[in-house]
Amino acid sequence: MSSETRNDAAVQIDGVSKSFSGTVALEPIWLKIRRGEFLTLLGPSGCGKTTLLNLIAGFLEADEGELFIDRELVTQVPPHQREIGIVFQNYALFPHMTVAQNVAYGLRTRRVSKAETAERVAEALALVKLQDFADRRPRQLSGGQQQRVALARALVIRPRVLLLDEPFSALDRNLRTAMQVELREIQTRLGLTTVFVTHDQNEALSMSDRIAVMSQGRVRQIGAPDDIYDRPANLFVSTFVGDANLFDATLQGVQGGAAELIVGGAPLPVETYQEDLPEPGPVTLFVRPEQCRLTGAEEQGAVPAIVALSVYQGSYAELHLDCAAARGGRIMLRVPAAKALPAGIPVGIALPRTGPAIYAVEDADKEVA
Amino acid sequence: MRKSLLDHLLDWAGRIVLIAILAFVLLPFVVVAIASFNDGAILSFPPREWSWRWYANAFQYRDFGAGLTNSLKIAVFGATIALIAGAGFAYVLDRYEFRFKNTLNGILMSPLIIPNFTIGLGLLILSAAASLPRNLWLVVATHVVIVMPFVVRSVYVSLQNFERRFEQAAESLGGSPWHVLRTITLPLLAPGLASGGLFAAILSFNEFTASLFVVNQSTQTLPVAMYNYVREYADPTLAAVSVIYVLAVAVILLIVHKFFRLEKVLNVE
Repeated sequence: MSSETRNDAAVQIDGVSKSFSGTVALEPIWLKIRRGEFLTLLGPSGCGKTTLLNLIAGFLEADEGELFIDRELVTQVPPHQREIGIVFQNYALFPHMTVAQNVAYGLRTRRVSKAETAERVAEALALVKLQDFADRRPRQLSGGQQQRVALARALVIRPRVLLLDEPFSALDRNLRTAMQVELREIQTRLGLTTVFVTHDQNEALSMSDRIAVMSQGRVRQIGAPDDIYDRPANLFVSTFVGDANLFDATLQGVQGGAAELIVGGAPLPVETYQEDLPEPGPVTLFVRPEQCRLTGAEEQGAVPAIVALSVYQGSYAELHLDCAAARGGRIMLRVPAAKALPAGIPVGIALPRTGPAIYAVEDADKEVA
Repeated sequence: MRKSLLDHLLDWAGRIVLIAILAFVLLPFVVVAIASFNDGAILSFPPREWSWRWYANAFQYRDFGAGLTNSLKIAVFGATIALIAGAGFAYVLDRYEFRFKNTLNGILMSPLIIPNFTIGLGLLILSAAASLPRNLWLVVATHVVIVMPFVVRSVYVSLQNFERRFEQAAESLGGSPWHVLRTITLPLLAPGLASGGLFAAILSFNEFTASLFVVNQSTQTLPVAMYNYVREYADPTLAAVSVIYVLAVAVILLIVHKFFRLEKVLNVE
């Protein structure tokens, strides 16, 4: 590993793993978080994302491997010497202190002078637009305001890394979106390296520079949001991030860069982004709902299906279709609300020639999220 | 929604049961309180004539004054020592894993199952064997043994309910373990600690059985003084002392309530 690449990493995780009384929470993991990057650890509960966050924070000690922050080896360094900021899900504001005292806490531990503390606290509260709330107690604030205090408290110490542990999950939907935008703006402005833990794929897609999708203690794919969404590396990622329609198909071979598939009895040549394709034979074809096109039942090459349920969603409608060729017999399409169809209508589904992915069937059995 | 007849009956039955329980709990005190105003020299119920004279007698009787002073001293010292030692132990129990943890816990909780008179007798024999003076500290030591399990339990429960995220947040902000303990953990545990200390003090103040073994004439506690009194006299002075006793504890609880909010201290919130 050259020193140049290490220079670039604000956080470097080298083969760090963790077990709890024999149960593996985190397999050995290698990860570099770039300076100023907003990296999201995305996965279902129990996937190891919070364990990884606690390891970076120093609340847990790694079983093996090394951890670097700003090129400094911190594997054995206790949390209070790591200079990282954390915002927890429930914010963990100190209830016996005012907002200003909460924000000043990290400056007092650093023995910053009174004048400078006052100045930096005011600055941090201004950053989160809470100048007028300095003397309130945490319980007198709304959830959104509490979160801003928690953010100001973490930012005021000018941390080397900001860790966010599901900070939005306690907020209602409108506030959540507003806070996400605000947080991302502040983070970009300060150029702050940020590790964000969430199980919410929408949050991950909308906020991140890169996403590390995790399951069962492993990183299953790491990449930009559009990589993850458009080019999932495996069936777990494809089904955990975004909606997926899965079809039972037969791979006959690869000809001229296109995979020859049989889906629902009809041949389908598919150009895929994948470098490795499974062996010819039964496979699982993965297609996003927006890649499927609704056609007439009689259309040549279309996969036959029957409308089972139409769910009105305002600007669009979700059509749930019974489809013999689909895994689990069900697929979903989104159509303009005006074009929703009643249950029982036979339709056809035209599958795309480019874009979908082909996974081995064994994968499907063990990995669907 | 209209209630059925059965609901109404259950409603009334519930109220009656509640009143019965309250009455059952309060009745002994009510009887004693009424008897304390009996003018006659023999403890009888109900009184025929009313008088304050047993209250005057209670205040004049020397042993009660001395006993009260002893009891207060013992309660304050005993509860403080039990609180510090018990809270420390509860902290270790909550935060650390070590060998013989369960054994140690069992030993510390054992005064809950060993009768108080055994503890008193044991300490009496021990102090005699070690030729320790039978002074106030022996009584304090006895009370510490008896009340400590309650303190440990009370603080342990507070620690179990304690949100560790507060400490983690403080640590991430640069607080060393000692600084976090002082600025975050202890202030937030204050109600739990006050609760433990308060229980310890009240238990110590009320303790009689073990004290009987380890006190002498100069160190006797108020309950022991009362017991000695009733062996000699059968007048309502003791009833008057009981009323004063209850009022004193009530006043202490009111003061605690004013500073800490009792619901929080008693963990009933």
